[in-house]
Amino acid sequence: MIRGLGAIVLSAVLAPALAAQDADAGKVIYDRWCAGCHGESGAGDGESAAYMLPRPRDFTRAVYQIRTTASGGLPTDADLRRVIEEGMPGTTMPGWTEKLNRRQIDNVIAYLKTFSRFFDGTDPEVVRIGSAPGVTDEGLAEGRRLYEDELECLRCHGNGGRGDGTSAPELTDDWDFPILAADLTEPWTFNGGSSTEEIYTRMYTGLDGTPMPSFADVITSGIITEEQLWRAAQYVRSLAPDDEPERRDVVRAALSEGALPSGPGDAQWEEIEAYYIPLVAQITLSPRWFTPGVDAVWVRAAHDGQQLAMRLTWNDRNNSPDQRWEPLFQNVRNSVESPDTPLPETQGPDIFGVQLPLVLPEGTELPYFIRGEPRRPVSLMEWTSNPDSMKTGTATGMGTFAAAGGVDVRHQAVFGDGQWHLQVTRPLQPADAGSATPLVPGRPIPIAFYAADGTNGETAERGAISAWYSIYLDVPTPSSVYVAPIVAVLLTAAVGVVIVWRAQQGERRS
Amino acid sequence: MRRLMLVPMMAFLACGGGESGEEAAGEGGAAAAAAPLGSGSISGMVMFTGTAPSNPALDMSDEPQCAERYEGEPTDPVVKVMGGHLANVYVRVSGGLPAGPYPQASEPTVIDQNGCLYQPRVVGVMTGQPLEIRNSDPLLHNIKAVPTENRPFNISQPQAGMTTQRTFNTPEVMVPLECNVHGWMNAFVGVTDHPYFAVSGDDGMFTITGLPAGTYTLEAWHETLGTQTAEVTVQDGAAASVEFTYSG
Repeated sequence: MIRGLGAIVLSAVLAPALAAQDADAGKVIYDRWCAGCHGESGAGDGESAAYMLPRPRDFTRAVYQIRTTASGGLPTDADLRRVIEEGMPGTTMPGWTEKLNRRQIDNVIAYLKTFSRFFDGTDPEVVRIGSAPGVTDEGLAEGRRLYEDELECLRCHGNGGRGDGTSAPELTDDWDFPILAADLTEPWTFNGGSSTEEIYTRMYTGLDGTPMPSFADVITSGIITEEQLWRAAQYVRSLAPDDEPERRDVVRAALSEGALPSGPGDAQWEEIEAYYIPLVAQITLSPRWFTPGVDAVWVRAAHDGQQLAMRLTWNDRNNSPDQRWEPLFQNVRNSVESPDTPLPETQGPDIFGVQLPLVLPEGTELPYFIRGEPRRPVSLMEWTSNPDSMKTGTATGMGTFAAAGGVDVRHQAVFGDGQWHLQVTRPLQPADAGSATPLVPGRPIPIAFYAADGTNGETAERGAISAWYSIYLDVPTPSSVYVAPIVAVLLTAAVGVVIVWRAQQGERRS
Repeated sequence: MRRLMLVPMMAFLACGGGESGEEAAGEGGAAAAAAPLGSGSISGMVMFTGTAPSNPALDMSDEPQCAERYEGEPTDPVVKVMGGHLANVYVRVSGGLPAGPYPQASEPTVIDQNGCLYQPRVVGVMTGQPLEIRNSDPLLHNIKAVPTENRPFNISQPQAGMTTQRTFNTPEVMVPLECNVHGWMNAFVGVTDHPYFAVSGDDGMFTITGLPAGTYTLEAWHETLGTQTAEVTVQDGAAASVEFTYSG
């Protein structure tokens, strides 16, 4: 008992010393792993910060985005731990559970607090988040009414939730950097998580450091109820599929019996399966760019044996160039560093490209995935929004493009609510062999995509790209597929009957 | 010099993370401000000489309910000059005050969102004194404070009639306020730990009362025309005059 008492006394005496030691141990970890982005003095100005958007957190203001505390409140230790462990999707902040254990993360948290005098040792108060009512159609309709009319979320987040609202072009964060209203149709890119509970918590606490306000006072003022805020959160969640889209390697071009879809708005496209292809920053070859505007494309494809039709769908807050978005463009130009050449001085058009190897590869060797190489050229179909046009040709690497007229490519592009739909139709066999890739059904054909957002200063070579995927043009199912099993069953049955009959014969004799 | 016995107001002046201050319970329990420290006052005027710069035009086309409130094109009243007088200059005593505690101002200071502009554009509050933000427009505003010495806040006000109160715990000149739905909206809040401040009206006049006799430094602040200082000597029971002049 004396020893127990002694242990208690000893730990009480040592506890302040241990706490101080935590921050010192945290500094060692911070300087090694965090300072490169967050800066030696925690001001979010590390060496690589200038290439990023959003910027790494500036800890010196103690303004934190993802919290369970009221607007303007400090984060709890659990809030900080969650972001360090899991990272922030949609940003360059990774999760650290693989590299740092719990003790190390707690030490880093202790060190983070030394960057701002606002951390005075008191525990911030956690807001009370109730629980969601069950989702109902009436509830979603109410949520939509709140989103559009009463709370006016669409002013920033847009009619369809893609961040293209009328107030969106001028948004800045607390440090005057450009900031985008979230694309609510891609919840896997939400900084604080994609569940309805997370969405509700963000609406309740607000995202400090950003234009996103807190709605807690709207509830305490009696203007809406907690349940109504849940309905709004449920509506927001309903703007996206339940699960993060699966990334598959092969795009199947369905074989169409009748006519191919006539344009991007043709209802026939809804029956054709969509394939999700992520697009990532092209950071390999000059002009490199770390913060592209387009993050994915949905591909649908169909052919009729003569023509291949593809519908490409991707989110873009503006049809570029767009004068209303000039403030954002200028702010991006002034604040995001470009490692090679500077951004253009004016907004450009939006661009989307489909890339195929010019010659179908026999083995596994593919052309270099960024616009090909001299030994292995690529065939490009590249669409530009303004003026609306499509160019077809070949490329043998960055900065090369040779127009090719020997293939009749038709296209139609439609923009609405922060989304492009582009239909591209071309014959399977180019009229002029060698001018474009022959599209042979029944075998995987490598395919890649690239996109540029002109309002983000991007061009066909500076933007977002995909790796090589494959497109497979379905072939008709041969009738042998149906006949062979029936023949096999009959033959097997016949053989079985013969065996049993002979066995029975044998039995009768003995 | 008379020293009043006031309930210690150090609680108000302590830094901290919480955003709402508590009401001061004075000696006697009344919520009204306690007795002033002195009987002297400053009666001031802010002049403007030269040509006033033209204020920027505002494009309110995305908010027709506000745009239609204005005849012709609305402008942002950044530099408000009328008859040679400059409004919206925040003046405070920046030196020469006796040691506190000071009478606590507890009536809320109101900022209204009206016609998609903040009215008034510039206000002053004491630490712990409520700032009340009202929405008089039948549409969404968010009210966002971006201080550096105080905790920030960002509140959605989607309906006319909604009011929100917040307080600041630390002196700061000035705390910017903004709306993100309407990016042209800007206001400024001066926060002091004493009640000796004022904002010049449309007639350029401002008044600071309750000062004991002495010599004080005044600092005048304008959001684009900069700061100026002046010395003024105050007598008991009398109003001292001071003038600031800005020029275009």
